[in-house]
This record gives sequence, structure tokens and C-alpha cells, in this order.
Amino acid sequence: MAVTEATGKRAKSWRENGLDGVTMLVAPALVLVVALFVYPFLYGLWLSFHPKAGGIFANYARFFGSAYQRSTIARTLGIALPATLVNLIAALPVAFRVRLMRRQRLITTLLVLPITLGTVLVAEGMLNFYGPQGWFVRTLSLAGLDAIGHLRLVHNYWGVFISLVITGFPFTFLLTLSYVTGIDPALEQAAATLGARGWERFRTIFLPLLAPGLAVTFCLSFVQAFAVFPSAVLLGQISGETRVISYAAYQAAFQKYDYSEASAIAMIMAAVQLALVVIVLAGRRLFYRGPAAGGKG
Amino acid sequence: MSAITPTTSSLPPLRRSGSMRRAGGRAWIIAVWAVTLFFLVNLAGIIGAVVTSSLGTRWLRAWLPAGWTLRWYGSAWSDFQLTQVLTATFEVVGAVVLLAGLIGVPAAYAMARRDFPGKRIVLLMFLLPLLVPTITYGIPLTTVLYQVGLGGSLSGVIAANLVPTVPFVILVMIPFIEQIDPRLEAAARVFGAGTFRLFVHVLAPLLAPGIMAALLLVLVRTLGMFELSFLAAGPTSQTLVVALYYGVFAAGVRPEQSIDAMAVIYMVTSLIWLLIALRFVNPTQIVGRSRR
Repeated sequence: MAVTEATGKRAKSWRENGLDGVTMLVAPALVLVVALFVYPFLYGLWLSFHPKAGGIFANYARFFGSAYQRSTIARTLGIALPATLVNLIAALPVAFRVRLMRRQRLITTLLVLPITLGTVLVAEGMLNFYGPQGWFVRTLSLAGLDAIGHLRLVHNYWGVFISLVITGFPFTFLLTLSYVTGIDPALEQAAATLGARGWERFRTIFLPLLAPGLAVTFCLSFVQAFAVFPSAVLLGQISGETRVISYAAYQAAFQKYDYSEASAIAMIMAAVQLALVVIVLAGRRLFYRGPAAGGKG
Repeated sequence: MSAITPTTSSLPPLRRSGSMRRAGGRAWIIAVWAVTLFFLVNLAGIIGAVVTSSLGTRWLRAWLPAGWTLRWYGSAWSDFQLTQVLTATFEVVGAVVLLAGLIGVPAAYAMARRDFPGKRIVLLMFLLPLLVPTITYGIPLTTVLYQVGLGGSLSGVIAANLVPTVPFVILVMIPFIEQIDPRLEAAARVFGAGTFRLFVHVLAPLLAPGIMAALLLVLVRTLGMFELSFLAAGPTSQTLVVALYYGVFAAGVRPEQSIDAMAVIYMVTSLIWLLIALRFVNPTQIVGRSRR
């Protein structure tokens, strides 16, 4: 592309670059994302360094200086990491079975229900179902366990954990399924012809090909679980063992009206999520990356 | 698996261990289905408990309520001012669907048909709002909304909900648009159609199923979008899911059956649209992450 002085030619070179009227159709969407996503994020970052009182790092110093605030990170990780791992480990074998079904649509539709209905409705249902007099506990006591009045599954850690499984498993499963079905079945058939059994085929064929996809699935599922909010309030003990980091940010913004501190906590939340994603995706490089779909496209 | 098992088990030298393996394999398959079934039973229980409670008169220390009634729906309607809530909900959802379509579909067309400098960065900017959890960017976003005076208003809730939905429409629409033969557009251009007429007469009819699918998914997602609506909403701009949250949060203020009746109303509103959407799309699209 030659740089020219004449404006007419510059307009022509713009067009050669593809910047014509049709390209400008992307502008409204771009403006929207910049104004309502990129700018707020940068503004939040800037605001977090301009606290109501103290030096530029005062918000961060206060967050990490107070054990009450600092512990929200470990507490949130303590809920989100096990829940994400359970979901991923359960999703993998189920996806391998569902992949062979002809009528996948029924099961995928059923699993989409909790995602569509959302965490608030699931929370209300769980309060009924897993409550001290709920059907779940009653069924356990039918099976001979002395559960009624003893087993507590809501308003504590387990309430939040179960809710992350109920709403998180379908999400993890559907992503895993799309990766599993993306692998050319001919690869597995070739291995089977050569005498490899189920576990060997999984370990030597599928796992290396799936590893990058599973890493992405883990990241997306974890990031969602780490941002757990309504279920931690409704199903946990929000002032105690399930005081998660998103609630700390919410409290700062809407109870203390300290948007600067709230932004700082939101930035810390984003940083923790980003750090874990970077670690997992860095580990992904150890595995094979390349076409796995064969002729399927 | 069934296509492969006969090949491996018919190898003569491995016969005995083969049959043992097959038994082990069958146990494994049963275990996998048992876990899946357990999950689905729990899910059914969670939904069923809400519906049962909303229809019961009194439900204490028993498998089922003492009697059946519909009166909780009436009391929920007046207790939670559902007329106002539903009006706000449909205003928000309608505006979001309309705007996301008007902004997202043309942008998707440009992304599918043109190469321009910085396209990868633009694509990344459309991907990020779908990957970053809403609560993470919701707090800085609502801070900005409150500063420009949109916080707590209906327009603020609509603006906040556009952040994930416009990129969603773009990413769903790009593959739809790429499927259309560009020669059709070239032909329309030869006959003198401008971009606007091209859209109305050529692209819109061809893309109708795709647009329909994308917008229905936006509808379902916006109905269920809790975090952004919750952070941006004020007392008069609560959507149904936000009202439900406050109902559950303040449990004990109102009878539980009344909250459950509102939960059922919310559930029915979402499920109707989900069923319509599922006629056009694959359920996996609701997860809405585009790969590659």
C-alpha cells in the first residue's frame, strides 16, 4: 500500500483496506461495546486508584490488610474450584456416552433448563427440595438414614456448592459435548482396529486431543463459578462461610456507596480469574494442538 | 461403543479377560447413566418442589401439602406488584431484543463480509463480554451508569443488558451470513440496490431463520439475566427475576407459597419462550459460546 498525499487517493486506499460503507455497519456495535464494556472497565481501574481517603493504593492495601476482606478470595476459590472440577470430571464420561446416542436432543434440552431458569429460581427450588423437611432429606430417611433434622444442605457451604453443580454441570457438559463430538470418529475406529481398548483409546487418542478443549471448558466454567453471587446470598451464609468476593464488591458499592473500593474489589476479582485462566492455558501448551476433526470439518 | 465392542471381544486369545472387561465396561456404563439420572431426578425435584409448594395450602413436615389451592397466585400478584414488574420486564426485554437485532445483525454482516485492519481486535472486543462474568464487569458498568444518571432507570437496565446480547447476536449471526452465497448480493448490487435495499430485499428474507433464532435466544437470556438487571435496576425498574430474588431474600416477610407462586410465574414466562426458541435452535446454542 503506497502512502499518497492526495486525499482522493487516500479514500481509495481506505477502500482497498476494506473500510467502505458496509464495514462501517460494525461501528454502532463497536461504539456500544467500547462505551459500556471497555470504558467502564478502564474507568473502574482508574477509580480503584483514586480512593475516598488515602494514597493511590489505599483500596488495595485495605482489602489485603483486612483478614475479613482478604479471606473472600480463598473462600470463593474453596467453593468454585472443587465445584468446577466435580462438574468437569462428571461431564466427561457423560459426554462420551451421550455422543453415541441418536436422540441427544432430549437430554441436552433437559440440561439447558437450569441454565435458562437461572440461579435465583434454582436457589428457591433448592430451599424447598434440600431443606430440612424437603423431599431429598425425606428420601434419605426412607433409605434408613437418620437425616431429618440432622442433615443440613442449605444455608451453608453445601448449599452454594450444590447450586454451582446444578447450574454449572449443564454448562460444562454442553461445552464438553461439543468438543467430544468434534473429534473424528475414524480416529477412534482406527485405534480400535489396532486392538486398543476403551480406556487405552481414551488415554492415548481422546485425552491428548481433548486436553486443549477441556482446558478452555475448565476456564469458562471456573470463571462463572468464581463470580457466584445470588446463590451465595440465598443458599449460603453470606456473612460467614460463604461470604464470596463478588458479595464484598456488591457491599462496597451498594451498602457503603464507595464505588472506588467496589471497583478495586472487582479488579481483584478479575485479576484472580485472569491469573487462573493464564495458568491453565499455559499448561495447555504442553499438549497437542492441531486439527482433530479430520474430514468432518 | 456398540459398533466397536464386537471387534475387540471376538479376538480369541483374549476371550476370558475380554468378557471380564465387558462386565466392567457394562458396570461403568450403568454408573455413568446412574449419575446422569440422579442429576435429572434432583433437577425435577427442585422444579417440582416449587410448583407443589405454590399450589399447596399448608406444607409442614410432610411429603405433600395438606390441601390444594390457587389463591397464592392472586396474593403473589398483588404482594409483589407483578403488573408493574411484568410491564417493566417486557419493556426491557422488548427493547433489548429490538436494539440487539438492529445493532448486532448489521455488525455481523460487516464482520462476515469484510476484512479490515484491526478486525481481530474488534472480534476480541465482541468476545470478551461473553467470557467475562457479568458480576465482574457489572459493578464498574453500573458505577458509570449511575454517574451519567441512568442508574436505577429502565434505560439503564436496557443499556446494561445490551452489553452481553449485542456481541451474542453478532457471534451467532456471523456463520449464518457466511453461508449465504455472496453472488446473490453482487447480483443485487449490479441491479442498483444500495446497502439498505440489499438488507431489506435480499438478506433479511434469507437470514430470517437465523435472526429469529438469535433474537429468541436473546429474549430467553435477558429474561433470565439476573446480575446486570439486579445491579442496574431501581425500585421501579425491577425485572421479574430481580423481584424474585428480593422475594427469596426477604423470605419470612411474605408466605413462602406466595414466593413460590411468583417463581412459577417466572418459570412459565421463560419456558414458553424457551420452547419456541428450541423449535429454531439447537439447545447447545443457548450456552452461547462460539468456539474457534
